[in-house]
Amino acid sequence: MSMLNVTVDGQATQVAAGSAILDAANQLGIEIPTLCYLDMEKKFNQQAAACRICVVEVENRRNLAPACATPVMEGMIIKTDTERVHTARKIVVDLMLSDHPLDCLTCEQAGSCVLQDLCYQYGLEQTTFAGQRNDYPEDATNKFYSRNLNKCVACRRCVTVCSNFQNTKAIGFGDRGFNTHPVAPFDRGMDESTCVSCGNCVSVCPTGALLPKSKEKFRSWEISKTETTCSYCGVGCQMNLLTKGNKVVGVEPLNGAANDGLLCVKGKFGFNFINHPDRLTTPLVRKDGQLVEATWDEAYSLIADKVKATKAEFGSEALAGLSSARVTNEENYLFQKMVRAAFGTNSVDHCARL
Amino acid sequence: MAKINTIAELKKLREDLLGAAQAKAGKPLVNVSLATCSVASGGRDVLAAMQAEATALGLDVEFMQSGCMTVCFAEPTVEVTLPGKDPVTFGYLDAEKAKILVQKYIKDGELIDGVIPVGYERIVL
Amino acid sequence: MAEKKQLRIATRNSGFIDPENIDSYIAAGGYLGLAKCLGEMTPEAVIDLMKASGIRGRGGAGFPTGVKWGFAAKYASDTKYVVCNADEGDPGAFMDRAILEGDPHSVLEAMAIGAYAIGGNKGTIYIRAEYPMAIDRLKIAIEQAEAKGVIGKNIMGSDFSFDLDIKYGAGAFVCGEETALINSMEGNRGEPYTKPPFPAEAGYWDKPTIVNNVETLASIPAIIVKGAEWFNGIGTETSKGTKVFALAGKINNVGLIEVPMGITLQEVIMEVGGGVRNGKKFKAVQTGGPSGGALTYKDLDVKIDYESLVACQSMMGSGGMIVMDEDDCMVAIAKFFVEFTMEETCGKCTPCRIGSKRIYEALDKITMGQGSLEDIEKLKLLSVAIKDTALCGLGQTMPNPVLSTMRVFEDEYTAHVVDKKCPAGVCSDLLEFIVVDEKCVGCTLCARVCPVDCIGGKVKEVHVIDQAACIKCGACLDKCKFDAIIKQ
Repeated sequence: MSMLNVTVDGQATQVAAGSAILDAANQLGIEIPTLCYLDMEKKFNQQAAACRICVVEVENRRNLAPACATPVMEGMIIKTDTERVHTARKIVVDLMLSDHPLDCLTCEQAGSCVLQDLCYQYGLEQTTFAGQRNDYPEDATNKFYSRNLNKCVACRRCVTVCSNFQNTKAIGFGDRGFNTHPVAPFDRGMDESTCVSCGNCVSVCPTGALLPKSKEKFRSWEISKTETTCSYCGVGCQMNLLTKGNKVVGVEPLNGAANDGLLCVKGKFGFNFINHPDRLTTPLVRKDGQLVEATWDEAYSLIADKVKATKAEFGSEALAGLSSARVTNEENYLFQKMVRAAFGTNSVDHCARL
Repeated sequence: MAKINTIAELKKLREDLLGAAQAKAGKPLVNVSLATCSVASGGRDVLAAMQAEATALGLDVEFMQSGCMTVCFAEPTVEVTLPGKDPVTFGYLDAEKAKILVQKYIKDGELIDGVIPVGYERIVL
Repeated sequence: MAEKKQLRIATRNSGFIDPENIDSYIAAGGYLGLAKCLGEMTPEAVIDLMKASGIRGRGGAGFPTGVKWGFAAKYASDTKYVVCNADEGDPGAFMDRAILEGDPHSVLEAMAIGAYAIGGNKGTIYIRAEYPMAIDRLKIAIEQAEAKGVIGKNIMGSDFSFDLDIKYGAGAFVCGEETALINSMEGNRGEPYTKPPFPAEAGYWDKPTIVNNVETLASIPAIIVKGAEWFNGIGTETSKGTKVFALAGKINNVGLIEVPMGITLQEVIMEVGGGVRNGKKFKAVQTGGPSGGALTYKDLDVKIDYESLVACQSMMGSGGMIVMDEDDCMVAIAKFFVEFTMEETCGKCTPCRIGSKRIYEALDKITMGQGSLEDIEKLKLLSVAIKDTALCGLGQTMPNPVLSTMRVFEDEYTAHVVDKKCPAGVCSDLLEFIVVDEKCVGCTLCARVCPVDCIGGKVKEVHVIDQAACIKCGACLDKCKFDAIIKQ
């Protein structure tokens, strides 16, 4: 692959052809703020380049260039830290803020909101461009998430992820001018769209415009994150479980090899079972017709004894194994191995084979 | 419509067309501007009035339509070419003035008001 | 007769030939340019000729057409497209419509030449659906051109084939921007995307595509037939050939003009345009539509070409020229154009979507007498930032009407915010209608015509207007026979 020489803020580096300015800056550890930038996109020219927060100065270019979507050219001289750049970025954030409620004190997204971070970075307590604001009714028609478009900054991440990655195409952009906003078909509720509630739009939303209908109240700084594999099926989607204290309160997708930052409705929203009071947390063993709590050792010993006894009395073919899609591929592999090798039968199946 | 199969045929066709136009040069030619704006300001009425008047006076006049004559301020406009004379463009017409145009200029070569001076040079290929 | 200031190249046939009869076009030398390309020139030679002619895009940005074609020729592809941008949308501009209605074949011929030059064989005309007569005449032209064999398979016995179709725009101003136009042609929302890749590399259906404006195309057959040197000899150092302008507003000769590049504004307005209507004083002319800016009475000696217009915070644009006289308020004019772009922005990028709204609001505030000097400073800051950050040409040029009017008429802005007066007497919130005591004879006519009954006074006594109740409709001023009411 051919390499290109570029200079960012006076530091020379080499980047592969086909890289964006943002890649070159990242390589040098130079931070450029982004908002609409979607790291799922493989090619820079797929970036929406809509928010204009990542603009930088490029020598001999008339206007500022969006770092996320501008390809690096040989000999390019880029400046990210000039007054022109900072003034432009500050005005862009200021404009976004001018069409945004200032309810950070009660907003669920506070602490993990990109707009809030940018306002902090540029010292904007309130907008200097006060004027008319869009006023949309909240749409809570989807069972898993709600939409408050008054907090939308029209970054397009939701539409891009729905159209190009989830491929559901439930939403697009409607209206023109100041009223441009993401819409379900005919600007009706999400329940009248083809939405499959995968929640990937919620995951990528940089502000509080799309929020899970979480039953738990939590602030973003109260939670800890635990990297794990989704237990719903064998795909192996990577995700973080968000926990407050000892309770799972949310899920965020991780960019794993199997899922590229996406999840489905179960992985994204189906976590309430974890802390549900009806959930079994210890094995139960039937004693005198009653299920009573037992230790794992006790339970496993019982299973082993019964398997051995059945095999001795009736032969291997009297045994069969049925495993669950809720465990990983590796666990399913081990299970079938046990059934074939230890039980001695090929009668092994899996609930998702239907 | 016969297809043009070679470049030579195109050139030949052009010569033939120019020759045919030359043959008609003995007749007055009336070219009525009929673009959207001309039509909106009454160009079709002007054309109809001129055709009717020419018939009434028994004049043999060749009529054609064209597009925008670029002088919007003077629409509707027509360009009249009398045999052996330079074309003259008349503007600010209506059905009534169009009749007078036929009676005076086309019939007798007598100019009427509303002549638009030619303020341009035109490229001819 | 006065010296002929106009030179008609793009509009050479409009008004002279029958647009619904291909023979009329052929008699005028039509399709000879295409024949010359097919018979005597290689595609590379055509591109070289275009480059040498120096012609630049007439749609607004002024990119050299030959260079654009050269890029598209460079990329190998099974299909390449030639697109005619006929999505004319500037308020007061109608050059493209006139050409399409008066000389549709010139555009078809040029598209075929373009396709031959870049190695393509498909063309599409993207035209706004509000041009029904132009569409009808294009359809007739395509039908006749196909029947004659100058469009279609193996044109005039050569190996070159070229097909054409028409797509309709739904009236979105931004679809005149080439990437938005391509999105719209593909059935997507009409909004621009970031370049590169430029359409010449990956445009319509990701194939190499050239998008050329109607006027650019209409000039091309003439350039091919008469040669690059001829065209290159017309115009200025950087801007060659002629430009068609649509004169509108307060000018005597409203209409289309085609003039050589480098003509002065003075010549255009006072000579070709016949001067300002009703003997009023010329104040400014908006060039380049809502994305352009105002050239003013101070710019009368400016030679009109791409660079000098940009130097005046305006742009060539597609060629609308709206003339304003002393009775026009420049703040109100800027507000009018910003309102247009505010409504027409696609809403994709932040600076254009929200910025246009905020600029409009600031101008509205100023015209209502509620602005401050601080607002003017903020306007400047915001305008510069939008130019610097917006995604496409529409956003980048949207603040031009503000910046260009401020360049010369900042005192008018100041008058609105400091003195709370509109010097041109346009902004109704800043006007007062006053009875001149010496002239009023007490005829009561004004009081009777006032729709809000805010004029008091006895018969044969001086009348008084209650300023608090006055709605500034001007009815009293029009009615008074004694010039006893003035607005200030």
